[in-house]
Amino acid sequence: MPVQDLSLKLAGEAGQGVESNGAGFARALTRAGLYVYTASDYMSRIRGGHNSYLIRASAEKVRVHRDHLHLLLAFNPQAVTTHLGELVPEGAIIYDEGMKVPEAQVAAAGVQLFPLPLRELAEKVGGSRIMVNTAALGAATAVMGLDLSHVESVILDNFGSKKGAAVAEANLKVARAAYETAGERYADRFPWKLPKVANAPRRYLLNGNQAIAMGALAGGCRFISAYPMTPASSIFEWLTAQGPKYGVVSKQMEDEIAAITMAIGASYVGARAMTATSGGGLSLMVEALGLAGMAEVPLVVVNAMRPGPSTGMPTRTDQGDLLFVTHLAHGEFPRLILAPGNVRQCFEAGYRAFNLADKYQTPVIILTDGFLASSLETVDLEDLPFDEVTIDRGELLDGAALDQLEERYARFRVTESGISPRALPGHPKAVYTTPSDEHTEYGAFESEDAANRLQQHPKRMRKLETARAEMQGPTLYGPADAEITLVGWGSTLGALFEAVEILNEERPGTANLLHFTDLWPFPPAAEEALARTRRLVVVEENYTGQFARLLASETGRKADHLITRFDGRAITPDYVLQNLKEAAVHAGSQAV
Amino acid sequence: MLDLKLYKSENRPTWCPGCGDFGILNAIKQALAQLEIWPHEVLFVSGIGCGSKLPDYINANGFTTLHGRALPIAQGAKLANPGLHVIAVTGDGDGYGIGGNHFLHAIRRNINITHIVENNMVYGLTKGQYSPTSAKGFISSTTPEGAIERAVNPLALALANGGTFVARGFSGDPKHLAEIIAQAIQHPGYALVDVLQPCVIYNRVNTYEFYEQRVYKLEETDHDPTNPEQAWERAHEWGERIPIGVIYRETGVPTYEEQVSVLQGGGPAQTPPRLLTEAEREALLAELA
Repeated sequence: MPVQDLSLKLAGEAGQGVESNGAGFARALTRAGLYVYTASDYMSRIRGGHNSYLIRASAEKVRVHRDHLHLLLAFNPQAVTTHLGELVPEGAIIYDEGMKVPEAQVAAAGVQLFPLPLRELAEKVGGSRIMVNTAALGAATAVMGLDLSHVESVILDNFGSKKGAAVAEANLKVARAAYETAGERYADRFPWKLPKVANAPRRYLLNGNQAIAMGALAGGCRFISAYPMTPASSIFEWLTAQGPKYGVVSKQMEDEIAAITMAIGASYVGARAMTATSGGGLSLMVEALGLAGMAEVPLVVVNAMRPGPSTGMPTRTDQGDLLFVTHLAHGEFPRLILAPGNVRQCFEAGYRAFNLADKYQTPVIILTDGFLASSLETVDLEDLPFDEVTIDRGELLDGAALDQLEERYARFRVTESGISPRALPGHPKAVYTTPSDEHTEYGAFESEDAANRLQQHPKRMRKLETARAEMQGPTLYGPADAEITLVGWGSTLGALFEAVEILNEERPGTANLLHFTDLWPFPPAAEEALARTRRLVVVEENYTGQFARLLASETGRKADHLITRFDGRAITPDYVLQNLKEAAVHAGSQAV
Repeated sequence: MLDLKLYKSENRPTWCPGCGDFGILNAIKQALAQLEIWPHEVLFVSGIGCGSKLPDYINANGFTTLHGRALPIAQGAKLANPGLHVIAVTGDGDGYGIGGNHFLHAIRRNINITHIVENNMVYGLTKGQYSPTSAKGFISSTTPEGAIERAVNPLALALANGGTFVARGFSGDPKHLAEIIAQAIQHPGYALVDVLQPCVIYNRVNTYEFYEQRVYKLEETDHDPTNPEQAWERAHEWGERIPIGVIYRETGVPTYEEQVSVLQGGGPAQTPPRLLTEAEREALLAELA
């Protein structure tokens, strides 16, 4: 387990700046040379409700948050009662001294109270009560033993450009005052210190959605049409914000059906086009996905999962759309599914999806979720591998190739790979029609001819077999031979990785992890990887064990044990360990 | 004027003898020839229905899509490649019923596409159910006691929603229709051409005879298509006399794509995708540090 590993949480009402201050503080810690992972917890409302923002920081790489806290910045009384149970003994609560807290209860938990005149400092030093957040962050910086310079740099960045130098200066003063007061009163009493990291390389702080969007941009995506839906909207917003600089056309449409069909229209004529949505929106997009499959139009669709059905839990996380996505739309058509597990994999999925879509001329779905979408992760430059980005348009005929065409162009030519060389509309030698009806290789329809169907349908489906060869993973983490193998997919990567680390520290050889990012077509290396495992524990965030079912249907291998979570919260290492222990899955479990 | 034979498809229409779609197909070919638009310079996007089979029957780029979804697909194609002439072809159920929401927004968005609606006021391909434009009282297999709702008035909807080109044609007068379609294609912005089109099998009310007795050409009157009040009045004229021609035309309104900064140098489909430069990567990374 990483040493000097500290978790703190900001908690208060929506509108109290919990999320924005948390993200700013995470950036300051990253600038201080630390690795950070955040988990936000907010409700679907603009004001009120209870929000919290967890930041885990360490000098070593952190891949996920934990269930325990060392420090709580409580902006209202509810924050104390809600999160007291998460604090470890000797952990502390920073709060305004004017706020009432259940002192006996806190003492019983072995937790320390660090009351401070946060509001007074905000009002007297800064001139506005709103700076109480800044005061709390200044105080937190002091008790953790960091110097204030990185917090100051984030304040300057955040307020300097937007709100003017005066506001920035006022915030700096408040942060310094709180830093000094808290340092004097409490720094000695707080046992956990974050180290000063000298000469750390420049690192980057971003969430999965930003990484997907940036990967897509790097991969040549220049068109996005979407309809806002949590937790997918930030992909759309990021590409919209960057759009003017890179020539990205961004269009908010009247509904999700219009969003996906507009992207299909843009892709049909040659743009690298995408849309992003969550389950409810994806449900509306289903028929259009079938159109892209039948018409052989490349298309990238991001589905950021949240708990369903219906409106479900809009701001929470879930992995309940897996089997929906593997089967969605009537009839059969090839679709590819990627489920990245961290920021790096999101970036890779962002550009890979476009190459795969162009190559196989069919929809590619990126499955992410509310947790991965919004959790910030500190990454190194190598985790945003721009140098590895390629743009592969597959069998796309350019103008020169079409000029030389001697025979009539057959858009849906039957080939062994199933891939038909594609011409974009606009060339005199490649004037063709694409019907959503079954069609001949020239695109003529009303051909309900059985012999033609027996050519065209297998041609399309063969693309899936062709694509299977390049489906990657699963990736094995941990010792090759272990008593149990945890199996996961998508955003649980960090939690499972750390659970395996902890298990093997306690008892070497206990566990390893097989993690899947490429889900469909099912990667060919899966069977061999599974053959080397002993007890298989599938871990996923849904009720029915959808991946365990997929695994069984694709490989014949059944899970020995299933750990699920479907309360809308992300699986953590602690959740996995607790469940393994309760189920006594492995030999050491009684001792854990 | 190009040769009409350029647009001849190898596929023979499967429309019923006497179907109004023949007249519409001929008028479209006529308009393209007149405007000297080559088959590879135009993209037809249709939905599903009898009339939406049209792209198969004309030699030009074509995409027959989903019921109701031709408009967003056409708009996406136009934004990605503004160099193509994009013509959406839908029926009345397709364009005003299942695709009604897209219709409302396409009007106000004003992307430079042409929308031709083959309005036969009945569902033909599914064999005779009433449609959004069926008259109140229209008897069909699903309205045995007569349609209860009032019919959609597409022209008034287009006017109310800020449409910049609103016209109506009649498939029984392909020459006149070709003129309207040519003007619609030339109009910068979303151009609606609602075409009165008899269904000789399932609509025994709105027949050729019905229309021939009623239609009159607006250009033969003193109608001023730039006058919104007159347009509103003509859009509501339905009875003994039915106007055909350009109801309303508003010039000088910029198209959607003219107002999008990134489209000023062409659309994203007109330039091959490229890798980011070192400077661009650094700019992106700098924001994340």
